[in-house]
Amino acid sequence: MSEPDALEAFLQRAPYIRFLGMRAELAGDEMTAILPFQPHLVGNTMIPALHGGVIGGFLEATALAQLWVTQGSKLAKTIDVTIEYLRPGRAMTTYARADLRKVGRRVANVHVEAWQEARDHPVAFLHGHFLLSSD
Amino acid sequence: MAADLDFIRQIGQHMATTVPQAAALGFRFVSVDHGKGTLEVPWREDLVGDPDTGVIAGGVVTSLLDHTCGLAITSAAYGQIDGPFGTATLDLRIDYMRPAAPRAGVTAEAHCYRLTRSIAFVRAQAWDAEASDPIATAQGAFMLTGRTP
Repeated sequence: MSEPDALEAFLQRAPYIRFLGMRAELAGDEMTAILPFQPHLVGNTMIPALHGGVIGGFLEATALAQLWVTQGSKLAKTIDVTIEYLRPGRAMTTYARADLRKVGRRVANVHVEAWQEARDHPVAFLHGHFLLSSD
Repeated sequence: MAADLDFIRQIGQHMATTVPQAAALGFRFVSVDHGKGTLEVPWREDLVGDPDTGVIAGGVVTSLLDHTCGLAITSAAYGQIDGPFGTATLDLRIDYMRPAAPRAGVTAEAHCYRLTRSIAFVRAQAWDAEASDPIATAQGAFMLTGRTP
């Protein structure tokens, strides 16, 4: 399966991805995940700002999508994630890119960065470990 | 004290149902105590992360843990912190012990074990069937927002 087809298959298969409304684009092997703003993603109506869990879920899904595309369309299992929040996620489109820092035989170490208006003003980081499918 | 808990319970029910993301995920208020809070999210087809297994998505558990931490902070702050405030997550670490059972909802309990004037430190865990057999544990630091220092 080509990488764009694999990515499309990832985005279509999980109901939660559709619940978020997450999309993604590939430029070569570099994937940018896209989360258009939707009212049901809000966690703080005063600002308004995206829910911390939405940002965390989006970043985790970005890591899983990048692993899926590069590791033969297999879903990795999340072992642990640490999410760092730098500024509120505003009511606008959020972007994310995953960096596969180390892909071993069983475990991958992945860093993900999210931003909105400018890439050098990140909204949040995620770093995590993911168990690769053994079959 | 009982009247205090009744009031915190009302806030908890409000938090679980009126925040758009919480309402969209179908969060339900379970209980609250001083510095502690418990919420649950019933299983739903559209919240599944892996259609091959029917297990609820990690992102749903992330939202639930984050939200439950907010509830625990609110209950810890009651009587200690004057006036309204919000919470902003600084960081949240989640360890996934095991996948939830297929088609199982998830319950999360958070404990705000330390609260300063501006920062809250919280531990939380999530389970599907028994609290003693967690699917995930979490630890986070949160900032209290909207207050004058």
